[in-house]
Amino acid sequence: MDKAVTYQKTVSASTQNLSDIRKFVSKHALNHGFSSEQIADIRLAVDEATTNIIKHAYKNDHNQELTIHLEFDDEKLSVTLTDQGIAFDLKKYKSPDIKKQIKKKKRGGMGIHLMKSLMDEVSYNVKNQKNVLRMSKNRN
Amino acid sequence: MKNFKINHRKESGLEVLDLHGELDAHTASQLEEALKNLISDSKSNIIVNFKELDYIASAGLGVFMAYIEDVRSIGGDIKLTNMNDKVYNVFDLLGFPTLYDIFENEQLAVEKFQNDNK
Repeated sequence: MDKAVTYQKTVSASTQNLSDIRKFVSKHALNHGFSSEQIADIRLAVDEATTNIIKHAYKNDHNQELTIHLEFDDEKLSVTLTDQGIAFDLKKYKSPDIKKQIKKKKRGGMGIHLMKSLMDEVSYNVKNQKNVLRMSKNRN
Repeated sequence: MKNFKINHRKESGLEVLDLHGELDAHTASQLEEALKNLISDSKSNIIVNFKELDYIASAGLGVFMAYIEDVRSIGGDIKLTNMNDKVYNVFDLLGFPTLYDIFENEQLAVEKFQNDNK
């Protein structure tokens, strides 16, 4: 593959769309030669990222939209998620302490931990009032 | 919500929830309702069978985090069984295996309940 190949999908900010987003990502990753294990990792990371945007950036406002952009090259898949909701402060993020949270009956905070565990790179930037989350998965 | 379904049955006096399909931030509320209903009926010996569950996101794990203390405080437990490798991997990445009983099959969970309740 000489040139990178890209795909893009824009959806409304509803958890109803999560299964379609998973299908979109899985289908293209499969066509571009990623293994079943790699696809499972990518699919979950994208689901978690999308869920966070819907729930936290947009507070479940279905009138808002988010865009998922995929770019495949010889080395990796880069996923970029863009939204215009409330920005997240990644620096303040702490990995969840599940044992403590159970005691407090508190959930959440697991999505970012999973994204970082499942993907090779995760970065987050706010630019021109847009939040841009970028994650990549290496082929090898 | 056709991509997720829960079936409730009884097995050896225990409550079993069979999960089917994909458990994500959209479908997790169905699992939450099912667990809340059991707890409000004081049914606290619960097995959740993942045999037909193809996919789980952290919102699904969040439901177990939110209710396990309620169940344990009334003398019960939620035991998890029959996960495929990909589903188990998500629980493992978040450190659940030290905090929850996770078994390869339902029979082992039944036996554990019977021993716990002796």
